[in-house]
Amino acid sequence: MRVPYSWLREYCDPGTGPGELAERLAMTGTEVERVGAVGPPSAENFVVGKVLTAELHPNADRLRVCKLDTGDGDERIVVCGAPNVAAGQTVPVALPGATMPGGMEIGEAKLRGVRSAGMICSASELGVGESPEGILVLEDDGLVPGTPLAEVLPVAEPVLELEVTPNRLDCFGVYGVAREVHAISAAPLAQEPWLEDVEAEGEGEAGDYASVTVEVSELCPRFTARVFTGVKIGPSPAWLQARLVAAGQRPINNVVDITNYVMLLTAQPLHAFDLDKVPDGALTVRTASEGEKMKTLDDVERTFDAETVLVCDRNGPSGIAGIMGGQVSEVSEETTRVLLEVANWNGTNILRSSRQLSLRSEASSRFEKQLHPELCMRAQRIASRLLVELCGAKLVPGTIDVAAEIPAMPTIRLRGERVEGLLGMAISQADQKVYLERLGFGVAESGGDLDVTVPPDRHYDVTREVDLIEEVGRVHGLDEHLPSTLPAVAGRVGGLSRAQRLKRRAEDTMRDLGFDEIVGWSFTDPGEPGRLRLPTEDQRSSGVVLANPLSEDQSVMRTTLLGSLLDVAQRNLARGTERVSLFESGRVYLPGKANDFPGERPAPDHEPHRFGCIAIGPPSRSWRGSEVPNDFFTLKGALEALAGQLGTALSFAPVEESFLHPGRAASVAVAGIPAGWIGEVHPLVCREWDVEAAAAFEIDLAPLLAVAVAGEETYEDVTTFPAVYQDLAVVVPVEAAATDLRDAVLAAGGELLRAAEVFDLYEGEQVGDGHKSLALRLEFRAADRTLTDEEVAAKRTAIEAELEKLGGTLRG
Amino acid sequence: MLDRIEGIRAEASAAIEAAPGTAELEELRVRYLGRKAELTTILRGIAELPAEERGKVGSGANQARVQLESLIETRGEALDAGELESRLATDRVDVTLPGAPPRPVGHTHLITRTTRQIEDVMVGLGYRVMEGPEVEHDYYNFTALNHPPGHPARMLQDTFYVQSDPEVLLRTHTSPVQVRSMEAQPPPIFMIAPGKVYRRDSDATHSPMFHQVEGLAIGEGITLADLQGTLTEMLSAIFGGAREARMRPHFFPFTEPSVEFDVSCYQCEGTGSLPDGERCNLCKGIGWIEVGGAGMVDPNVLGFVESNGYDPERVQGFAFGMGVERIAMLRHGVPDLRRFFDNDVRVLEQFS
Repeated sequence: MRVPYSWLREYCDPGTGPGELAERLAMTGTEVERVGAVGPPSAENFVVGKVLTAELHPNADRLRVCKLDTGDGDERIVVCGAPNVAAGQTVPVALPGATMPGGMEIGEAKLRGVRSAGMICSASELGVGESPEGILVLEDDGLVPGTPLAEVLPVAEPVLELEVTPNRLDCFGVYGVAREVHAISAAPLAQEPWLEDVEAEGEGEAGDYASVTVEVSELCPRFTARVFTGVKIGPSPAWLQARLVAAGQRPINNVVDITNYVMLLTAQPLHAFDLDKVPDGALTVRTASEGEKMKTLDDVERTFDAETVLVCDRNGPSGIAGIMGGQVSEVSEETTRVLLEVANWNGTNILRSSRQLSLRSEASSRFEKQLHPELCMRAQRIASRLLVELCGAKLVPGTIDVAAEIPAMPTIRLRGERVEGLLGMAISQADQKVYLERLGFGVAESGGDLDVTVPPDRHYDVTREVDLIEEVGRVHGLDEHLPSTLPAVAGRVGGLSRAQRLKRRAEDTMRDLGFDEIVGWSFTDPGEPGRLRLPTEDQRSSGVVLANPLSEDQSVMRTTLLGSLLDVAQRNLARGTERVSLFESGRVYLPGKANDFPGERPAPDHEPHRFGCIAIGPPSRSWRGSEVPNDFFTLKGALEALAGQLGTALSFAPVEESFLHPGRAASVAVAGIPAGWIGEVHPLVCREWDVEAAAAFEIDLAPLLAVAVAGEETYEDVTTFPAVYQDLAVVVPVEAAATDLRDAVLAAGGELLRAAEVFDLYEGEQVGDGHKSLALRLEFRAADRTLTDEEVAAKRTAIEAELEKLGGTLRG
Repeated sequence: MLDRIEGIRAEASAAIEAAPGTAELEELRVRYLGRKAELTTILRGIAELPAEERGKVGSGANQARVQLESLIETRGEALDAGELESRLATDRVDVTLPGAPPRPVGHTHLITRTTRQIEDVMVGLGYRVMEGPEVEHDYYNFTALNHPPGHPARMLQDTFYVQSDPEVLLRTHTSPVQVRSMEAQPPPIFMIAPGKVYRRDSDATHSPMFHQVEGLAIGEGITLADLQGTLTEMLSAIFGGAREARMRPHFFPFTEPSVEFDVSCYQCEGTGSLPDGERCNLCKGIGWIEVGGAGMVDPNVLGFVESNGYDPERVQGFAFGMGVERIAMLRHGVPDLRRFFDNDVRVLEQFS
């Protein structure tokens, strides 16, 4: 909402500059985006002049040499190229030294041999209007030459660009802003501009000229119409044009300008029909039939759906209700009779239709916030007066008024103790009363409380006591009066839950292992499961699909972290990074209701929190020589470290995953619960992402946390009785799983065998083809005694027997 | 004989003292104390000496031997140390070479880091951290937050909806967690909810996915002044120093009164200008930086959870929300929202 400062001051002059007012507005709830300006940057050297003579230039056909009186005693010679300049006109003059809106400075110059000392300005040159015919001719009104132009036109006019919150419909009109300024500054407020109606001097009455039928009263709570005859269409006077331009509207003609002006003043939009283009003046308000078409004022043919409300004549649509008029009944040069529509529409319907049509207008942006039907007649009265005064029109007596019941003005009790109770600052009852009255509320005292009546302008915004508390609080001034305190509620203890602490620990572990954390997009494209070679029946092939994505690329919620990890890896490698080690701690989105979160209704989908990790690129180089590669085992080491940090142990088993190398892929389980996968990414998948070999894993956090003992460990005595360490090497067929051998060893070792870790693998001549040798380190210990050699030897024999059962041969 | 022993002792002592290296010292040891050494020979022949000489010669020779052994040992240690030092002096590495093998250093994403910082501050003020789903019911995202059925935010233009169910959407703010938490826990409640949120908007200042932190405090007698005090504490902890919080009245459907809140500029100390007189580029000369939105929880919102003890006539409180990216951008000078989701390692590795 653009509010020209001089227009505002006509109704309420805060007595301060626009900058200071802007600050006060911002601190009381009306954000001022900026204080702009229309017209030249400074009003200096712009004056009113009188054209004394306008002779043809001796050396140029299209120029005239004008003698001007600019109030400084001498006659001033100015060369002017406008076709409409003539002796006797009162005109705006830029004297040498003046700066035009574009920054051009006016000087003295010779034009075709004649010295010119200034410039006669057009409205567009001044930035205050349109000027198809040339210079701006001011209405005389006894203006004295030399009068500063700023007293006549908004030259260097400050404009407050307000960001009005959607609840404050009243501030979408200049008078409403003036009332707000009145409330926060206590400066006097001029009388409401709609109080006086103009005398109706037309013949007959409105009903003789026009009729209105409303078929959808719930969508059109009120439709008022007035009729004007003898309308003379022409340009608006300069002051009106200047105000519209300053407020961001393009002047069109006097009738249309008046409708815009009144809307800007009252927040209530209006629409003028050329009555002669409405057969029999008969208008009907109805919803469109699906696919119905009409050309709007902006020369675009629009197609409507069945929920759009239209204002129709006998032949079809004549305007879109509350959004934009139609060309068929547009006011034009030939118009002599005008039907002025001031209606009230259902805001939700207007918002919906305007979005559906992708057509937002000044009118629809107000209607969509739900205006009060009471505002209609305000606008009718002001517009009528202006049409009579500025267009020579005659108002036909009577107003066509088709209205459902107009809502009454509610009265709300404001309890004195609630104000301080909610805000935490005291405001005297006298102050509360003053603030509310300035804002236009009716106030009656009732003991320590107030009974407050809500005016139509605030009908939908202020409905409860708490809304009144906000009003008195903000006008009183939060910045000036509100203390800073902390809640005096006892017995609260903050903290992270154990799961939240462990999640942080897991993230920190990945970081400490050298992985960079990424935050990937939750969205992906429908092609991702295909690129991952996931079969269509796999759950991960059917993610949550968005109904209205911004693009196909972001139309499905991810079901795996692998896609975003590969995306990010690929982008970084393409930028020239040699290797990447990335992890993400984030959610995937799987269809199917889940009770993962607080609240009575289960979440619509399952959103497990996962850890994903990827490593791509050559082993990091060192001047000392080679490093371990980025392969299955490197990542497995990282994953085991992650599990270890949480105090859990993982188990691994070969697995088939379409996106993993078939020989280098494992399922991951914790305490027998499946938790994810680890492996080298399938070369065909790598090819899809244009990366070399990659290793990755993805695990669910929840099953790990379910058994994690980190932070909950119990002390075990390891100092009183010594442990016995032994190494053991066994030759087994190459396909035997190390984990099976280890499990067998642990089972055979019983309680006394505290640990058995694989520390060496050998394949080669010494063990023969198809075999491998694994070496394990065994730790024997008892909690209550020092083990004897015999005890350990017995266990070892049992272990060896067990291994031989599995086809193992012990090495010496 | 005693004279001879003394002679050997003196000669050997001098030689040991003068031995230039451990090899020479070893030669001396063999010469004076070895099997064929004169002193050894003397000691071996003691039994053959006349009885009255045996005692004197024996103890003299023994003393000489012990003394020489001790001298050799002392000298040996000195020579060893000297030789070690000179060996070490030649055993030099280029200490300016990089460590090897290089230990990779990982990095926490700035979003995670900033979120944790906010969490830690609020935990210190007595809040707990709650989480809610990102794919959410319209009910929690809009209805129970007092958005009327035709509210603009509900339009397809602004909110992502799920294809399979028109009542399911991607949450547009973390506020739904307010309602979920109040359903799960009767008052008093002090909680924050960090997480991803989604809006249909994409340009340099809008991302279709971003992060928010929500705060909620409901109990008896919690006021707007308490909100201001809480924001002051929180912003001071996040931005450092004694920051001020400023609240400007605003409008949100789920709070009443509603405010936007600012923090006093930490670059210019709220003055709007820098020591050199230039206008502060961070707050654009205003002295304040906008951080988020807040307000007193609307009685209508409490009405949706009234059965769990949230009677608007008995309990009241505040809620606030802010963008994590915005705070990270302010704190670390990140110019563009999109940098957070590029995940360019050259950027990630700037923040450890």
